[in-house]
Amino acid sequence: MPPVAATSLGADAVPHEAAPHRRPGPTSAGLPAPVRPVRRSIAAWFRRLPVRIAIALLLLVDVYPLVWLLLGSFKTQNEFLTEPSWSLPRSLSFDNYVEAWTGGNMAIYVRNSILATAPSLFLIIVLGVAAGFALEVLVWRGRHQTLLVFLVGIMVPGQMILLPLFTAYFQLGLTGTLWPLIITYTATGLPLTVFMMATYFRAVPREVFEAAALDGAGALRAFWSIGFPMVRNAVFTVALVQFFFIWNDLLISLTFAIRNQLRTIQVGLLSFTGEYGQTAYGPLFAAICINVFSTLLLYLFLNQRVMRGLTSGSVKG
Amino acid sequence: MNNVFGDRRAVAVLLGPALLVYTLVMLVPVLWSLGLTMFDGNPLFGFDFVGPQNIRTLFEDPRIGDALWFTVKYAVVMTIGQVLAGYLLSLLYIFALRRASALIRTLVFFPVVLPTVAVALLFQKLFEVAPQNGLVNELLNTVGIASIDWFGSGDTAFIVLALMDIWRSMGFYAALLYAGLLDIPDEIFESARLDGARGWRLVRHIVLPLSMPVLLSSVIFSINGTLKVFDSIVALTNGGPAEATTPLTLYMFQTSFSYGDYGYGSTIALVLTVLCLGVTVAIFRSSRRDLTRS
Repeated sequence: MPPVAATSLGADAVPHEAAPHRRPGPTSAGLPAPVRPVRRSIAAWFRRLPVRIAIALLLLVDVYPLVWLLLGSFKTQNEFLTEPSWSLPRSLSFDNYVEAWTGGNMAIYVRNSILATAPSLFLIIVLGVAAGFALEVLVWRGRHQTLLVFLVGIMVPGQMILLPLFTAYFQLGLTGTLWPLIITYTATGLPLTVFMMATYFRAVPREVFEAAALDGAGALRAFWSIGFPMVRNAVFTVALVQFFFIWNDLLISLTFAIRNQLRTIQVGLLSFTGEYGQTAYGPLFAAICINVFSTLLLYLFLNQRVMRGLTSGSVKG
Repeated sequence: MNNVFGDRRAVAVLLGPALLVYTLVMLVPVLWSLGLTMFDGNPLFGFDFVGPQNIRTLFEDPRIGDALWFTVKYAVVMTIGQVLAGYLLSLLYIFALRRASALIRTLVFFPVVLPTVAVALLFQKLFEVAPQNGLVNELLNTVGIASIDWFGSGDTAFIVLALMDIWRSMGFYAALLYAGLLDIPDEIFESARLDGARGWRLVRHIVLPLSMPVLLSSVIFSINGTLKVFDSIVALTNGGPAEATTPLTLYMFQTSFSYGDYGYGSTIALVLTVLCLGVTVAIFRSSRRDLTRS
């Protein structure tokens, strides 16, 4: 079995509880209370000063580059060349965004990414959830070995399958379409999805399915009416994880999106500098911003779920 | 009952499609790729059977040694950096921030979901030297250090790469290790505290041994990911300057698609796969722990 110790895969199959809170840690207790509360609070403030500085630095390092990026996306070329890079933009103009979106073809790249991601996600979920159910809830000879076969796919580097796939797609005449991306994303997303779904189904009490069987449900009915609704929450998490893997992928899209018109957002952004020339700062910053803040929007609303999902999918490395 | 759950037709319907896609698009290509190592050429101009020629080339090619060394160096440095940064952060979450850590954890995790290409271009601009100084060089100038051409030499490019990937992934490892630390029962901390363990000693003798399993899994995840590094290098340095930051993954990509040598490309891919599987197995063996139970 691969390393899954650190992860809490089962957590999503059951309704969420609040995250466990640790009681006040070791550093806060044990000191006798000084006489004057004011002095105590000042002393406490200074005792926690190193921690406060560390946190401030951490936030600065984490957030400032993104703020810098956002500010840069509003600057004109002239501002980039004549002013220090930390200066604020003189006006809040969206010209750079318009330029990146239309002139820089970001509109086409985003459309391609959506067209490649949506069908892949749908297929991954439909195939992966059903396979997870068949491997975990149904009882048949060889199911453990089959799960292991799927696990191998998590470890194998993408480079190992690129060349045969490229040859096959070329001979099938698919290279001018988005199909190579959709097919490859679906297949590479399956192992992790099957593995995660099998783990989620393991957390559902077996009695639930047995009761369904007693009531006369067949295996397919038990999957569709009982199994799938019970892990709906987990399915959403898995879909979110796969979305980030596919949306952020570079290796597969760089290999198969060989025509300009097929480029996904990542490939498009990568070639953005090359096409525009190194010095078109404003549109480039705006294009990076479009890419960054589209994922930010998703993260803003679903951050707890994203964090839980990605850490439980960490086997993928 | 067992008849219901042993329904072979249901297994075929539910598992069949996934297994079919997986077999056709992953398992068959892996075997096919093994076969390709015996050939020379590419799909445009056809393939010639050359036998073990590609394997022989492997031992004469000086670039493969460089790429292999860079891959291993990158994986070791990154694994130490990522897990260490993540561990320090998780200790900060647990012992210094406690309940208030949710917001910080969320913010620090954010770079994990960002597209690597976007982050790499951002770091290119942050560390830029010409035609305009980036933020980092401006900062150096204000403290009296001359601007550094970060992407001009392999060593400095590696530093930027390391900083970027640690920036990107520390939140991830922090969240992973934080979950592991939460699993340690409070009673253990209580009793250690009653015995007089504080600060560094508490970490060294109580926290570290108890978080060993989750640390080990983090190391495995990290090695597995960093051996396969591709996106960040392609977008940040594209292997340069002069191939100084070219790992196996990128070398394989260039060999196959820039030089059209599919045979040698799949041979490099094989080296990479063997390396990944070998390292994972080696870590499992040496740890001699059952990681599936924690």
